[in-house]
Amino acid sequence: MSAPTTPDLLVQDRPAALRRLLARPELGSLIAAAAVFAVFAAAAEPFLRVSSLGTVLYAASTIGIMAVPVSLLMIGGEFDLSAGVLVTTAALTSSMVSYQFTAVTWVGVLVSLATTLAIGWFNGWMLGRTKLPSFIVTLGTFLMLTGANLGVTKAVSGTVSTKSIADMQGFETCRWLFASELNVGGLTIKATVWWWLGLLAVGSWVLLRTRFGNWIFAVGGDAAAARAVGVPVARTKTVLYLGVGFGAWVLGQHLLFSFDTVQSGEGVGNELIYIVAAVIGGCLITGGYGSVVGSALGALIFGMAGKGIIYAQWNPDWFKFFLGAMLLLAALLNAYVKRRAERGPR
Amino acid sequence: MSTTRFRPSRRFWPVCAVLALAVTAAGCSSTGGRRAEEARAKAAAAGGSAVTTPRWKVAMVTHAGAGDAFWDSVRKGAEQAAAKDNITFLYSNDAQTQNQVQLVQAAIDQKVDGLLVTLAKGDAMADVLGKAKAAGIPVITINSGQEFSAKFGALTHIGQDENSAGQAAGAELASRGRKNVLCVIHEQGNVGQEERCSGARSKAGGGFQVLYVNGVDMPDARAAISAKLQADPSIDTVLTLSGPMAATGLQAVQDAHRSVELDTFDLGPQVVAGLKSGSVGFAVDQQPYLQGYEGVDLLWLYKSNLDMLGGGKPVATGPQILTKDDADALAEYVARGTR
Repeated sequence: MSAPTTPDLLVQDRPAALRRLLARPELGSLIAAAAVFAVFAAAAEPFLRVSSLGTVLYAASTIGIMAVPVSLLMIGGEFDLSAGVLVTTAALTSSMVSYQFTAVTWVGVLVSLATTLAIGWFNGWMLGRTKLPSFIVTLGTFLMLTGANLGVTKAVSGTVSTKSIADMQGFETCRWLFASELNVGGLTIKATVWWWLGLLAVGSWVLLRTRFGNWIFAVGGDAAAARAVGVPVARTKTVLYLGVGFGAWVLGQHLLFSFDTVQSGEGVGNELIYIVAAVIGGCLITGGYGSVVGSALGALIFGMAGKGIIYAQWNPDWFKFFLGAMLLLAALLNAYVKRRAERGPR
Repeated sequence: MSTTRFRPSRRFWPVCAVLALAVTAAGCSSTGGRRAEEARAKAAAAGGSAVTTPRWKVAMVTHAGAGDAFWDSVRKGAEQAAAKDNITFLYSNDAQTQNQVQLVQAAIDQKVDGLLVTLAKGDAMADVLGKAKAAGIPVITINSGQEFSAKFGALTHIGQDENSAGQAAGAELASRGRKNVLCVIHEQGNVGQEERCSGARSKAGGGFQVLYVNGVDMPDARAAISAKLQADPSIDTVLTLSGPMAATGLQAVQDAHRSVELDTFDLGPQVVAGLKSGSVGFAVDQQPYLQGYEGVDLLWLYKSNLDMLGGGKPVATGPQILTKDDADALAEYVARGTR
């Protein structure tokens, strides 16, 4: 019954499962998500209804779809400020290609995929080539895309929003894939939720179970060291940007096929929300640490806080204040738990 | 730990390209699209200007954000009047007041022959409009800022007073017996939007609430509106303040599985379709095309004949209440982006 004397033995004291849990980057966000849920479950009666769950999941999924590739990119040590408007670019491209060439909507959808991947590749290539910070490179892309979304749409369509493609061939099947909904006992689950879960599973698997996942951690942690042990740093980062392009494509297609027409000025500012979701989810802003599942919890916190305020019927004048305070609290709690976990047992 | 390698096959991209080509070749839609539009358009006659006055230069500087369908109609109206009046038309816009002031200054520096400005945040424009006056440039204000127009030396104001537009909407809501209205503001802090809602509130009679949503993120706005409808079963009417937001509102009503009437300010393809099908009760239109068109045309009248419509009193372009009866006639003009 003698007490252990060395710190090593102290660590042994805790059950292995608990220790592993405390070391997980998403633990803080899990607690924060539970806290946000508890707040609104107590403050807002409608929040706990099944139909409300569908609404919250929808709001979370449209952030979460982008937060998956954005969190991977951040673990790889880079930013993408063009992610928000890239979603709008994806929707505009798809719509305009289908309309202008009078093509089946699937053609537009595929051209849009090629376009978003090309823009992602461009970001990665510029980064590798110029060695400029990704903040600057993608800020440039952000501004160019914002302008091009407007300029090209206006030049091609003659107006600032796209024409409706709802009467075109292929629209119904595309809508089924990107914007359908499924009713399960009063709970409406939108297609974006499936896409989100799918991306989450793939992203998490890639990060934790593949060699490429190790490369992501390596290039984000210390690019020079990673290069020294033979990791293709530039190529890894380019693939991460391709991932962001893919996510933007999925969300952009949802935007198009659920609203028929797209306004060219949309999407500005959302890039920050994706980054915040990743950060709340435990991604370090400096790279090398984080998780994909955490980004989903971050998106869920966003979805719950944003819609919970409405369910709670709080004074709308203060809407953004509540949202900001809620996010800050979640992030602080997250950081606190992480620090506790890293410090280990006393 | 690592079980798989990442390395796309060399054949990956060529296969993608071939696939894309194959789909393109097989992929022509037999319905809708540009071909249908061209088939509809009977090659509208493109004419030159209708007058022989000198080629004057008119600048329009608005507080519009980028990519907004409403302002596109204003601009279209101005451009078509300019083409008719032999006028070189310059357009610029910036949502931030200090930038808009700089754009007005830039127009003055270019020695334009006439100036059209919006006064969304009135007082900030006083100085620069004083400079325009000192430079002898006639100014007409459009869209917003009626109360500042004469004070800043503008010839007249063309537009719709947001508060009275709101009141018109409120009166219509009351006459339709709507009990509890949700007014959706998609730009928190926008004075005109607040005025629309408060004007509607003053005449609506029944319950009235305001909801703020993010106007540049449609999925988020959609979820927010449907969350509100789920939270408050007493809401029987959603009032949106723009055409695109009306479309989003319609989606949200569907999501919430509620039979709620949607009414809106401004038009758009979905609004007209909604009026026709009955899912949209009414739309309050301020005729943005007219604001641009009349702005340029009145400057031309003033330059060529020293005329001023209404003797310099504000000229109203709205509010016009549009219902199911107007839907068929409107569709064509909405499709071409002038209504």
